[in-house]
Amino acid sequence: MAEQRRFPYFHETPAPPGAQGWESMYPYYLVSDEETRDEEGARLWFADTMHWSRGCHPLDSVIAEAAYLGAGQNSTRIFALPASLGQDIRVHQGYVYIAPVPVTDPAEIARRAEHFQARAGYYYDNWDELYGRWKTKVAAVVADMRAVTFPPLRELEPIEVVTEARGRSTAWEAIAGFRRLVDDLFVVWQHHFEFLNLGYGGYIVFFEFCREAFPEIAEQTIARMVAGIDVIAFRPDDELRSLAALACELDVDHLIAGDDPDATFGALLGSEAGRRWLMAYERAKDPWFNYFAEYGFTHDQDTWLGNPAIPLTGIARYAVRLRAGEEIARPVARLRAERDEIVAEYRSLLTDAETAQFDELLALARRVFPYIEEHNIYVEHWAHAVFWQKMWQLGDFLVDAGFARARDDVFHLNRFELEEVLADVVQSWAIGVPQRGVRRWAAEIERRRGIVAALRAATPRPAYGTPPERITDPFAVMNFGVTTERVEQWLGQESGGGDRLAGVGGSPGIVEGTVRVLRSEHELGSLLPGEVLVCPISAPSWGPAFSVVAGVITDIGGMMCHAAIVCREYGLPAVVGTGFATVRLRTGDRVRLDGTTGEVVLLSDVGTGVAA
Amino acid sequence: MSFTARLDDPVCLDVRRFGGKAAGLARLAAEGMPVANGFAVDARARRRIGVDDAVREAYHRLSPHSDVPVAVRSSATAEDSAATSFAGGFDTVVGVRGADQVVEAVRRCWAGVSGERAVDYARVNGINPATLSMGVVVQRMVRATTAGVMFTISPVTGDRSRIVVEASWGLGLTVVGGEVTPERWVVDKIALSVLDHDPGDKRLEYREDGTPAVVDPARRVAPCLTDDQVLDLARLGKRLERRLGGPQDVEFAVEDGVPVLLQCRPETVWSGKTQRSRFTPGQGAARWITSVVSPGVS
Repeated sequence: MAEQRRFPYFHETPAPPGAQGWESMYPYYLVSDEETRDEEGARLWFADTMHWSRGCHPLDSVIAEAAYLGAGQNSTRIFALPASLGQDIRVHQGYVYIAPVPVTDPAEIARRAEHFQARAGYYYDNWDELYGRWKTKVAAVVADMRAVTFPPLRELEPIEVVTEARGRSTAWEAIAGFRRLVDDLFVVWQHHFEFLNLGYGGYIVFFEFCREAFPEIAEQTIARMVAGIDVIAFRPDDELRSLAALACELDVDHLIAGDDPDATFGALLGSEAGRRWLMAYERAKDPWFNYFAEYGFTHDQDTWLGNPAIPLTGIARYAVRLRAGEEIARPVARLRAERDEIVAEYRSLLTDAETAQFDELLALARRVFPYIEEHNIYVEHWAHAVFWQKMWQLGDFLVDAGFARARDDVFHLNRFELEEVLADVVQSWAIGVPQRGVRRWAAEIERRRGIVAALRAATPRPAYGTPPERITDPFAVMNFGVTTERVEQWLGQESGGGDRLAGVGGSPGIVEGTVRVLRSEHELGSLLPGEVLVCPISAPSWGPAFSVVAGVITDIGGMMCHAAIVCREYGLPAVVGTGFATVRLRTGDRVRLDGTTGEVVLLSDVGTGVAA
Repeated sequence: MSFTARLDDPVCLDVRRFGGKAAGLARLAAEGMPVANGFAVDARARRRIGVDDAVREAYHRLSPHSDVPVAVRSSATAEDSAATSFAGGFDTVVGVRGADQVVEAVRRCWAGVSGERAVDYARVNGINPATLSMGVVVQRMVRATTAGVMFTISPVTGDRSRIVVEASWGLGLTVVGGEVTPERWVVDKIALSVLDHDPGDKRLEYREDGTPAVVDPARRVAPCLTDDQVLDLARLGKRLERRLGGPQDVEFAVEDGVPVLLQCRPETVWSGKTQRSRFTPGQGAARWITSVVSPGVS
């Protein structure tokens, strides 16, 4: 029998140089192990670089756990998706890999389908009301996280502990607060998937209907018929546009630049007009600048709030365009008219019976789509922002308590180790003895810093294990762009180069340009106008970047990934889900990308200077 | 009763009098579509006295100053219906010049109705040959530099949001008759943009007088329509199917850079199919989704 085409198994790939022993940093069940080796080898694991574009620190793996617990239990146990359970998860060499778990037995699928129809049906029937309640629930969890504090340990407890007869020390907050944050994080992610898969389901039905009626229709055309115009996903960027317009109106735009926020704010404070503008800036900040340049899946990502250089750069760029006579406001009326026109045109091509179905399915897709577009704001941006803000505060607490040397030491412990450390710190303080693990953990954290650096320097393989004959998991396909064809390409590229990359056409248009490879939002400042942005993922919050680049190429993502949604919104050609773009392309290369076919052609190679 | 009528005269829409082809052209003219000028001869005039003079007179009105060349085509009352394609079943005489020659060509068309081929066609399609009657269309010859066909539906997948144009140099015979690999454009009907283009291999062309000629190698793959012309055609096609209520199969020619429609019929291959959808209205989202994420389970 011919050997089955497969990717390497986890255990077959040695750790990158300097990263030996990385396995010990994560909870054991996240790491591939001999006990589960056969089962792991039989599945396809693909890198979730859409969410963890860099190797993750030990503590950061908690969000991966929370996310895939939420995904799994909603699919498997709560709504009983007929043909798919959750996505299994491993951290391998610092990167997060997931494997969709299908249900294959027809009898089992039928049995689950019965439950699914009753359970999901309830949500679809009451969607708007339940979505309204969802917003309240999630806002309450975020508020609960925000209320957590880590009071520093002092010689004596505050007098109020006595006068209010609390009988409980404020030091306990360090332990209880950390647990509460982790619990809330897990809860918020369960809410995330309370609606997400149902949302995708509602969209996919409309999608399939369109494909049935118009076999050649482009996926992005279907997406355009459904896309929201007023959803809050666009609010942060809209705020930047408004602030740019106000700056020009007040004639203070020349004072605004991203390279030195303090100088900008200082200069603005010097005039009445500047102070008026700053007031508007302050109003926009909460909540709209609780916004990650990516998605906040790792602790070291900036929010606009934490790094004002990001919004200021965006505002300055919009102001320049405005001064050049460009219209920068999002053309809401035109977008809506275009959307309505496309819908009317396709609808007019259908028979009467089909029209009735089309109307019903489009209504369903539009009912669910706002959730798909908006939920990131609540979960990824707002909940993650407060979670990491509190973790940084915990880092400060540990430094203040004399346990840690640097405030980011905290991210080098996983959540269980951190509970142990907090127990050590608080118990030792309570008893009145020195902490017991200071030297031990200082050495370990030092070792881990080296490992994390080594992991981050390496580029993850797109996949491990054995692919099924066909990828049918709708969420792998829709959200990650992992299709049978893509996996074939990856398998082919495992063994060779070539001057072409294939991905998913995420947003139409053909463009040629010079490549700028960016691995994180910290490098956004180096982007030059007209360049083609090549990145592991591109988040909607890279708004300022989108206003100058000519096109976008990403390693991972499908038609419905946020990058594709936003590029369509910006009318920017995009190819997503290429698997290898950040590895194969280098800054300075010339490429042509076709956002309709998903093809990227390397025109000339910066290394050799000649046509590829 | 007048024996002839101009194609843009609404009376031509009467299939029983002037036949399907005349009615089709009249319909196009009535919709403001570009069709070649001409007239139709009433089927009932065949055995009436004075019909020859009426044809001569109509030809003079069409061509008052000189003898312009015309095409004379039969227009059977059973031809060109959506269900039955009688294409080529009856006679066509092209390049006819002069009143007497036109009269003779009309007579030939009438003779064709009792011809063997026509009778066979009728029989195969379950039409009583005795009930066939024949109008005749006389139309100014289009000096085609390029000609072809247009489907307002993808003939390959049945996708109704596509328009496919196939064209080649010279008269349309090469495309209709399959004598060349025509140039081909796939157009997005909604966005009105060219999605795909294949230059084909247009090695043969028919000149205006109907004689074939070999196309030199460079011209075989050179575009015979500009993208703008393709999109103009697509716009016509889109308007047509909207007015006529369904996908159309259109023959066209390009004369002096401008498209002229020669014929238009309802598309028959895909339009006849009724698709059964998986999504029954009112069934509920959860059931639809089940049918998508796990086909076979309902």
